[in-house]
Amino acid sequence: MKPMVTRREPTAFDEATARLKRRRLLRQWAVTIVALALASVWLMPLLYAGVTSLKTRTQAVDSPILPTEIAVYDYEGREYEVYEVPVDGTVETWALVNKGRESSEFVDPNNPDAGLIAWEGRWRTLEPARSISFAWGNYPEAWEKINFPRLLGWTLFYATITLIGAVSSSALVAYGFARFKFRARGVLFMVLMATIILPPAVTQVPSYAFFSWIGWTGTWLPLIVPQFFANAYNVFLLRQYFLTIPNEMEQAAAVDGAGPLKTFVAVILPQAIPAMTAVSLFHFFFAWNDFFGPLIYLVSNRDLQPISVGLTLFNGVYDTEPQLIMAASFITLVIPLVIFFFAQRIFIQGIVITGVDK
Amino acid sequence: MAIVQEATDGATRKRFRRAKSELGPLERKNGRYGWIFISPWLIGFFLFYLLPMAASAFFSMLDFQLSVPDEATFIGADNWRRALFNDPNVWRSWVVTLRFAVINLPLGLAVAFGFALLLNSEYLRGKNLFRTLFYAPSVVPFIAATLIFSQVLNSQSGWVNRIIALFGVDAVGIDGIRWFDDPTLIPITFTFIGIWGVGNAILINLAGLQGVPSSLYESAAIDGAGWWRRMWNITIPMVSPVIFYNLVLGLVGLLQYFLQPFVLNGTTGYPEGATSFYMIYFYKQAFQFAQMGYGATLAWILFFVALAFTVVTFGTARYWVYYSGDSA
Repeated sequence: MKPMVTRREPTAFDEATARLKRRRLLRQWAVTIVALALASVWLMPLLYAGVTSLKTRTQAVDSPILPTEIAVYDYEGREYEVYEVPVDGTVETWALVNKGRESSEFVDPNNPDAGLIAWEGRWRTLEPARSISFAWGNYPEAWEKINFPRLLGWTLFYATITLIGAVSSSALVAYGFARFKFRARGVLFMVLMATIILPPAVTQVPSYAFFSWIGWTGTWLPLIVPQFFANAYNVFLLRQYFLTIPNEMEQAAAVDGAGPLKTFVAVILPQAIPAMTAVSLFHFFFAWNDFFGPLIYLVSNRDLQPISVGLTLFNGVYDTEPQLIMAASFITLVIPLVIFFFAQRIFIQGIVITGVDK
Repeated sequence: MAIVQEATDGATRKRFRRAKSELGPLERKNGRYGWIFISPWLIGFFLFYLLPMAASAFFSMLDFQLSVPDEATFIGADNWRRALFNDPNVWRSWVVTLRFAVINLPLGLAVAFGFALLLNSEYLRGKNLFRTLFYAPSVVPFIAATLIFSQVLNSQSGWVNRIIALFGVDAVGIDGIRWFDDPTLIPITFTFIGIWGVGNAILINLAGLQGVPSSLYESAAIDGAGWWRRMWNITIPMVSPVIFYNLVLGLVGLLQYFLQPFVLNGTTGYPEGATSFYMIYFYKQAFQFAQMGYGATLAWILFFVALAFTVVTFGTARYWVYYSGDSA
């Protein structure tokens, strides 16, 4: 609705509104600029990793901000370094051919046919011309040296197979806690939740001894099998979601003669897809990060290690090649980052449910 | 807290059921299905929690070297005596771990709360974009984050020291700020790495802030309460359950701090034992030296320390955590 346009003197009220508006705008600018500044500091390490991964080894150690090289020019079959030479008030970029103490001879890369140009002055005082060059070769080099396809393959294998196990078992358990009344349900659920704060170390030593006894150390089995028995985080999140699904549909299914398991698979699961997706995502990230377990069980078996363990060992061996380590780190973080950007909404909702409802 | 609520639910339900005295046949059948559905967890809990815990308690009374299992001998409380009284490494590693927790925990909570306040500000434009940007580092795998920080904070080539140098501080180089070589700086260095992944806490705090009823602020404004007053008397009490949740999980996580020091320094504790966290020492004893008995003892000590901290934290909750739903 358009306000009626009438000619009248601005009142004190109008001025106050205008002042408030101005103040609001000013605050918006201030807060947003602060956020921008924070975000750039916050993301600086990522930029650093990206830039370093594209440097040569010398650059990564000497660390100019950007991967720059002193430019060289090929003149009559030999390479000469290019300098910024002040001539008559302008700066020319010339290649230095013959070095002399008080005067030197240059060639102009844009006009090499003009031949050598004599220049009076000390060449040592000149700034070398730099050009940005990205060492893309670091990526294939890191990829091969670390045997990335193998690490990636095992990580994906572990993430996928335990995702299936952990999510499906947790869904069953969550449904059991959400919908059925049985003795000690409250106590059992509390026990389950308490396992969140139980340090895994307490069970790790005898588990390790046992798995070593049955010959499972050095294989993925001790890491995969326990995942098929549900875990507290997943159960909690899924249970919260199941509780919001109205009962009527299950009752209708029961009237139609479907048993609880069939009802669960046919009625509940299709409705719980958002929650299942969130839990799957969390599990994927957990598996990608999982470190202590793979370390103790696979430290002796290089052929089966996941990224987390493989990269640690790589870091120990190649610590004089920071650019390769950054390239490897960058490859490692790209997959989770891309998944996050695409599945953000579900992801963020899931975190909020676990954190706030508890 | 759902955990607490569930407990009271269980209690009332039991009372209610006794009053009814008898379950209908349908309900009893229903209950049986409940057991079937939760059976994966029950079996797993027995196999991978209860049984190993019992075994672990037994192990802690053995001299048990994994390479020679036949020579395992029962030594009573010797492991415990050694860990509690005769092994200075245990105490040293606890000092390292707790000192780190004392620095990391409040900073982490404050940073997460601060970011959430910013993201919740009515004046911020592009909220979704900023939320994504602030969260993004949290999906960077820990190993990659650790390696990236080990270089960003490199005393010679890292950007952090270069930036500090812009302000006139002599930060770069051998005499500069040596984030990974100076034992007093180590807790701060690791705190930086940890705070980078504080995204979950930011989101949970943000959800908490969004859940504060605006009517509270309106009436406070009418009463003439300023920003600080509203912060102290409304915002913080209203999101205190969220802070509590982050505190408990953060504390339990920090007691088990392992990946970053291990990736950077293995079990060496460099510099001067400043990265000999408790879990590092546990790993060394249990899995490098394969001392199953002493390892199990160290694990149980971790358990009791974690339990003590959790109990104390929960005990203090009623003095500072506010639950609006509590009518009792």
